[in-house]
Amino acid sequence: MKFGVIRFPGSNCDQDCYHVPAAVLGEKAEYIWHKEEKIHHYDCIIVPGGFSYGDYLRTGAIARFSPVMKSVVEYAKGGGLVIGICNGFQILLESGLLPGAMLRNRTLKFVCKYVDIRVENVETPFTGELSHGDVLHIPVAHGEGNYYCDAQTLADLKKHKQIVFTYCDRFGKVTGEANPNGSLDNIAGICNRKGNVLGMMPHPERASETCMGSTDGRAIFESIRAAVKNGTFRMACT
Amino acid sequence: MKAKIYVTLKKSVLDPQGVTVKHALESLGYKGVEDVRLGKYFEVTLETKDKKKAAKEIEQMCHKLLVNPVIEAFKYDLE
Repeated sequence: MKFGVIRFPGSNCDQDCYHVPAAVLGEKAEYIWHKEEKIHHYDCIIVPGGFSYGDYLRTGAIARFSPVMKSVVEYAKGGGLVIGICNGFQILLESGLLPGAMLRNRTLKFVCKYVDIRVENVETPFTGELSHGDVLHIPVAHGEGNYYCDAQTLADLKKHKQIVFTYCDRFGKVTGEANPNGSLDNIAGICNRKGNVLGMMPHPERASETCMGSTDGRAIFESIRAAVKNGTFRMACT
Repeated sequence: MKAKIYVTLKKSVLDPQGVTVKHALESLGYKGVEDVRLGKYFEVTLETKDKKKAAKEIEQMCHKLLVNPVIEAFKYDLE
């Protein structure tokens, strides 16, 4: 299978997002420059973290209008797998592929540390190799990860099982203390209603090898591979 | 024509920066501060002199780019 990793000016997790599929999983991966207007033959698009366009205006607000995002939106609407990590999540929110928005962290501090997240939905192509309630030890690094949406949207997210990860303590208990940024209902990651687009603030690509201190993130990439190889989410895109 | 655009977080959205600034003002002795909200201010200069046209364009700009309607509200003056 082939992963495509989008590169914006200011992306800084692109190499990690390339490294894990290519070197850890042994699959094909390619970078996609943000000026590309067509994206071809990818089984999964990764929108990596960083500070695209310097976070000017709002995080992800400018990247959303880069030429490649039009194709990413079409690709996602056609059922293609898209995972946005950190700034990638913010870009997916701004582009309307996922509902809600990010606010400044409640503490106003840039949070850079390992957190624990609980797997809330395993019926997605990103979590199929995990079990419900699994606790993943994965780092976060962001200043605006305080997820917000209105009450109706939150009810819809719950109703359609779109909350995929929540911040929890190491025993899997979702508590206020375990919430690093003030995120609504401890939300760490959500998917769209179809389940083919995931956004998450924690960085699974930074926790996929023993030398990184945790390998818990690898299951997310392995889930994507399994979903594609099972054929359920294989996709020929525009 | 110049548009002065004010963007703030919606009333329903907690503004953590505003809360921090309020606390800082209180620590300076300003006890009567009820609320502080931070926002963004844009000055957009347009070629047109037609107020109606300018208003339409500015609103489009706000909806498409300058404002995130999930969390932000805006108002503007034209001069």
